[in-house]
Amino acid sequence: MSIKLNNVSFTYMSGTTMAHQALRDITLEIKKGEIVALVGHTGSGKSTLIQIMKGLLHPDAGQVTVEDGEVGMVFQYPEAQLFAETVYEDIAFGPRNQQKSPEQVDVAVKNALQFVGLDFDEFSQRNPLRLSGGQMRRVAIAGVIAMEPDYLILDEPSSGLDPLGRHNLFAKIMALYKEKSPAVILVTHSMEEAATYANRMIVMEEGAILFDGKPAQVFTEHREELLNLGLEEPEVYQLHYLLANRGMQLPMVQDEEQLFKEIKTAKGWR
Amino acid sequence: MLGEIMLGQYFPGNSFVHGLDPRTKLIATLIYIVVIFLAKTPLMYGILVAFGILVVLLSRLPIMMVVRSLKPVWLIVAITFVIHAFTYPGTEILWQWKFMKITQEGLELGTKMSFRLTLLLLFSSVLTFTTSPIVLTDGIEKLLRPLKCIGVPAHEIAMMMTIALRFIPTLLEETDRIMKAQKARGADFGKGNLVKRIKNTLPLLVPLFVSAFRRADELATAMEARCYRGEEGRTRMYELAYRKEDYLTFIFMIVFLMMIVGMRFL
Repeated sequence: MSIKLNNVSFTYMSGTTMAHQALRDITLEIKKGEIVALVGHTGSGKSTLIQIMKGLLHPDAGQVTVEDGEVGMVFQYPEAQLFAETVYEDIAFGPRNQQKSPEQVDVAVKNALQFVGLDFDEFSQRNPLRLSGGQMRRVAIAGVIAMEPDYLILDEPSSGLDPLGRHNLFAKIMALYKEKSPAVILVTHSMEEAATYANRMIVMEEGAILFDGKPAQVFTEHREELLNLGLEEPEVYQLHYLLANRGMQLPMVQDEEQLFKEIKTAKGWR
Repeated sequence: MLGEIMLGQYFPGNSFVHGLDPRTKLIATLIYIVVIFLAKTPLMYGILVAFGILVVLLSRLPIMMVVRSLKPVWLIVAITFVIHAFTYPGTEILWQWKFMKITQEGLELGTKMSFRLTLLLLFSSVLTFTTSPIVLTDGIEKLLRPLKCIGVPAHEIAMMMTIALRFIPTLLEETDRIMKAQKARGADFGKGNLVKRIKNTLPLLVPLFVSAFRRADELATAMEARCYRGEEGRTRMYELAYRKEDYLTFIFMIVFLMMIVGMRFL
């Protein structure tokens, strides 16, 4: 099961003096089970690309195919979408629109609240607009999770959260991933997040895909180009690069632990 | 769709019309509106249309864009035309079916009304296309100043307008974002009967109001933090001043007004 994009192009306000081509001839396949980090600086076309995947925008040219399944999308600052009088009603909005029965809706809401770590009895009847910022974010994410998406798109889900909130959010997403293995598409500005959580990284620039590969591979092989785009690699790869510069060639690594192991082996430390 | 609303947008440029003082443009627009409602004969409408075209050309705005800016109101113009054509109690009946009839007089009045509406909107969009909102409200403030002695809060009105205009694009963007977020959750804004449709807009309206109030609150705090306390003691970076072109425009507009008044009443 996958989302396929074939030669997709998109232009904003086409036909006017303010026309702006946001996507140029994108061909891409994202399979279930992948965690894709979508990176690139502001205006590179990331947001347009995910909106096309979700079907909110229609491409000018090319085809988008979503092999059966629900695409869930968590927008940037999703707490702005809360509207209902109770947390329960708000989370139930999506599942109800999917024509689920009241019983199914009930189960979906309970699961979603549990997923984001909010207690059902304590929160379900509260007004979502009176919660704290972090709680509002979690309710909004639960509203998407309740639709049980097979493809989950997250647009900078951690922006505006404190480090602990970030950590908790990603722990939840990874837990969901392990359980149901949906495709996760993560738009992020944080290279650390991309390197830590994703198993595939797509770098966008000027509406086109610049690099597409495993994070370790992209960070190691395209260091210079990424720096030119203002995307600084995570510290692990920086250290890896600095060591290589000083004559210590190490195999490609994924994370700190692996790097330390390789250093130990190379140095013959025990 | 929302991104393409152009009503009230400003397009920078350095044409003759762009360079005029906002007060000149406001007064000229008022005179033109008066003249529109004075016009009676086809000749007078011809002069008005010619004058409108002249102003659009002088403003050097892309013609297609000006035409497109009228798009949202075509429907209103069409409805006005149809209502006039069908309901005016004229004598010369052109077409009749049961109780419905179209009369010569009704058609004429409908055409006139459509012309009036279109010209009115055309002229006022040229005003907002060629004048930045800040300058425009500056002009309004200056024009209203003489009314301060009878208690009209000129500065406050102008400030409110500036802020309202400033937030139109922001609110449009916000609407677009929330609409998409709710559509992503399966919301449908265009289905069902009237009651259902109104109910369907709640997921859009509630977040929009919440964010508008939050923004207003933040803006008020930010203004207070910078010691804003109304007009007293405020000076401007750019003072408005009439130039030669403004006096020329005034003279031209007065002659234009007198000419139409003359044609109408003499």
